[in-house]
Amino acid sequence: MSSQENSEENLPSEQDPAHGAVEPADDPFADPGLPAHKPRIQDIDERAAKRSERVVAFLFTLSMLATIGFIASYVIFPVDKIIFVFPFGHVSALNFSLGLTLGVALFTIGAGAVHWARTLMSDVEMPAERHPIEAPAEVKAQVLADFAAGAAESGFGRRKLIRTTMFGAMAMVPLAGVMLLRDLGPLPEKKLRKTLWARGKVLINMNTNQPLRPEDVSVGSLTFAMPQGLQESDEDFQTQIAKAALMIVRIQPENIKDKKEREWAHDGIVAFSKICTHVGCPISLYEQQTHHVLCPCHQSTFDLSDGARVIFGPAGHPLPQLRIGVNGEGNLEALGDFAEPVGPAFWERG
Amino acid sequence: MSTVTDTQRKAPAGERVADWADGRLGIYGLAKTNMRKIFPDHWSFMLGEICLYTFIIIILTGVYLTLFFHPSMNEVVYDGPYVPLQGIHMSEAYASTVNISLEVRGGLLIRQIHHWAALVFLAGMLVHMMRVFFTGAFRKPREINWLFGFLLLVLGMFTGFTGYSLPDDLLSGTGVRFMEGVMLSIPIVGSYLSMFLYGGEFPGGDFVSRFYSVHVLLLPGIMLGLLVGHLILVFYHKHTQFAGPGKTNKNVVGMPLLPVYMAKAGGFFFLVFGVIAAMAAIASINPIWEIGPYRPDQVSTGAQPDWYMGFSEGLVRIMPGWEINAWGHTLVLGVFIPIVVFPLVLVGIGVYPFIESWITGDKREHHILDRPRNAPTRTGLGVAWITLYLILLVGGGNDLWATHFDLSINAITWFVRIGMFVGPVIAFIVAKRWCLGLQRRDREKVLHGRESGVIKRLPHGEFIEVHEPLKPQQLHTLTAHEQYQPLEIGPEVDENGVARKVSRLTRVRAKLSKGYYGEHNQIEKPTAEEYKEITSGHGHH
Repeated sequence: MSSQENSEENLPSEQDPAHGAVEPADDPFADPGLPAHKPRIQDIDERAAKRSERVVAFLFTLSMLATIGFIASYVIFPVDKIIFVFPFGHVSALNFSLGLTLGVALFTIGAGAVHWARTLMSDVEMPAERHPIEAPAEVKAQVLADFAAGAAESGFGRRKLIRTTMFGAMAMVPLAGVMLLRDLGPLPEKKLRKTLWARGKVLINMNTNQPLRPEDVSVGSLTFAMPQGLQESDEDFQTQIAKAALMIVRIQPENIKDKKEREWAHDGIVAFSKICTHVGCPISLYEQQTHHVLCPCHQSTFDLSDGARVIFGPAGHPLPQLRIGVNGEGNLEALGDFAEPVGPAFWERG
Repeated sequence: MSTVTDTQRKAPAGERVADWADGRLGIYGLAKTNMRKIFPDHWSFMLGEICLYTFIIIILTGVYLTLFFHPSMNEVVYDGPYVPLQGIHMSEAYASTVNISLEVRGGLLIRQIHHWAALVFLAGMLVHMMRVFFTGAFRKPREINWLFGFLLLVLGMFTGFTGYSLPDDLLSGTGVRFMEGVMLSIPIVGSYLSMFLYGGEFPGGDFVSRFYSVHVLLLPGIMLGLLVGHLILVFYHKHTQFAGPGKTNKNVVGMPLLPVYMAKAGGFFFLVFGVIAAMAAIASINPIWEIGPYRPDQVSTGAQPDWYMGFSEGLVRIMPGWEINAWGHTLVLGVFIPIVVFPLVLVGIGVYPFIESWITGDKREHHILDRPRNAPTRTGLGVAWITLYLILLVGGGNDLWATHFDLSINAITWFVRIGMFVGPVIAFIVAKRWCLGLQRRDREKVLHGRESGVIKRLPHGEFIEVHEPLKPQQLHTLTAHEQYQPLEIGPEVDENGVARKVSRLTRVRAKLSKGYYGEHNQIEKPTAEEYKEITSGHGHH
């Protein structure tokens, strides 16, 4: 590479000298060498040294007392006792006392050790030599020769067939490990496209657990619904609700700008997936005047009066709409599953 | 004791233990070179120590937490003492985290120490890395150690992510859902990866136990290995040091491991642990019992990751929602681009030592640190990167900025969209000019002395400020840094008038080199001749 031939040109003309003594004597910038050691008060006054000793011992003693305090706190305070401590407000007495006593017990050991080191241990700075990390040339030559001998004895370079097949085998064998990961989960198949919603499934109000009737939905309110038959105690409740969660609002039919949306609604009641099409957070912030909903995670904003199209933020496509109607008993029901996958987009979504 | 004669003294107990160990481990040989090993002193060297100690604290408290935590997503109905949650469906993982927090005595404290230590660990790594970057400590022979440290930072980020996902509370579940959306956006294999990670459809019943083994075993195991390697290399290379009297590229000046450094570093562990324990007592973080268990159809506002993941969150929040639909497939650029940019920004930092050494062509060992001002382009790049990080962090917390400062969320998003391109450029220019200004001031100080603050009136009435000449130590310190020359390509044609072959790579390198060391990119340091000319004759003023 061209960097090799140019590598020396742009270096400074000289590297730092090893020792100040090598410099010419008249260089004003020459290294004057290590400054002389300045004694501390503890080095010359034994009374000051004694004082430092007492400070260190005091800190270590404080640590012992704090540990006793920690044990006492653990025994004394019930786990659910809440006390008021200014300025922290209402805190758990146990957590507060355990934390502070442990903090003091640990901190004073550290403070004592550091104070000991700073005031009583020697503070004379001394130099140690560095040695180059690269091996000397003869060592390098020896190693290369040894390696060449070893390589020649193995016949690695000569027996090309062995070498090539060995590389092939080594490259292939990790695939066994990758294959073993296959049973971590099932294949996607059509799972991401289907939800629990189907023709005739009644919309259940998430708050009351009762079927939702058109007269329950007033203009400007936001209601959440799940499909009939889904119970919170079901084993797969989380997985199902992650796709089926529904958001229901009522808009005056003349205010719905999107023709398909109006057709899929019932008397201005529209049902959209609650799962954001960005990365799948549930949408929960609704502005009734504008019919905008905002996802609190990444602020994608959708216009529910216009086919839930994206008007701001990182989402890439509108929220899927669920076609709804009213059944014989006067309850809102789904007229099918979502026409497109809910939630975040993926490669096979199309 | 037949071999010991009565006249021989009996060695002290410690020495006999050491003898025993030496016969098996050869400890005297090790101790000979290391017991009085010299460590230079500088406050910034403790940043790395903070990382080491918080890592130890995290492991200690983490082991305690595993004794009580149940990494299971089996559904239970809460019947513990905390009234607001009674009768609510939740996973065992969440229930046991509530139990640790509210029923295990000291459990809340350990949980908080664990979380606080993790935050300090990552902050420590970032600041430690900045110290290494801005002083050029990553140069030969320490490039590998830079990579080790870089990997520790990246792994630390993901260990943190898997860690705060474990309690399965409403906030952490939102992060896990985010992860699903991110994986689904990966072309071709996205939905397969997602199914395999979650054992089926999101959230399924597996992710907590899977994240658990990654969080407590896989990632910490790798990190422990890297950390040991990192420390062995620090020991092997010996510390870097700043230029100063008596300090050269071939020595290391400081105090010995035994006793001073051992007492200081050992004591510092307790200081760090003590401060974090006090923080955990006073400042409550992640009160998961208030947030509630995860439900995919519920969310809390202000949902965002811990700060170290905030810049990736910022990238995701400000990205326009681009999607390409063609041939029955969807390319989710709105999510995919941010998650590609995220590692690219990181990798850019990871490979920087190799870029710089290619530009300088420098193959020598460096043990003397640069002052940041003496490497203006490098410093500018570092400041630009930090600026990018901070701007994206604003994007990652745009909802908090909006509510706390009463700003429009759309305005913040647009600010970040533009700012992430403009901000780093401005920061680079400002930082570089600032460095050059400081270099000029150093030059001035060397040639004309230090401002003494003493105003003198000359016989003819003029007032001047007396400048005091610097001491030899200061003169040496301020002029010890090296100055590189930019790479010259040379003439376009050789002496025979034939066009020279210059590869494109060499041209790029020459351009970059000029950007680092060209005419307006460093201030020439004073020479001995200049100094002598000014100090002799005219006197200083």
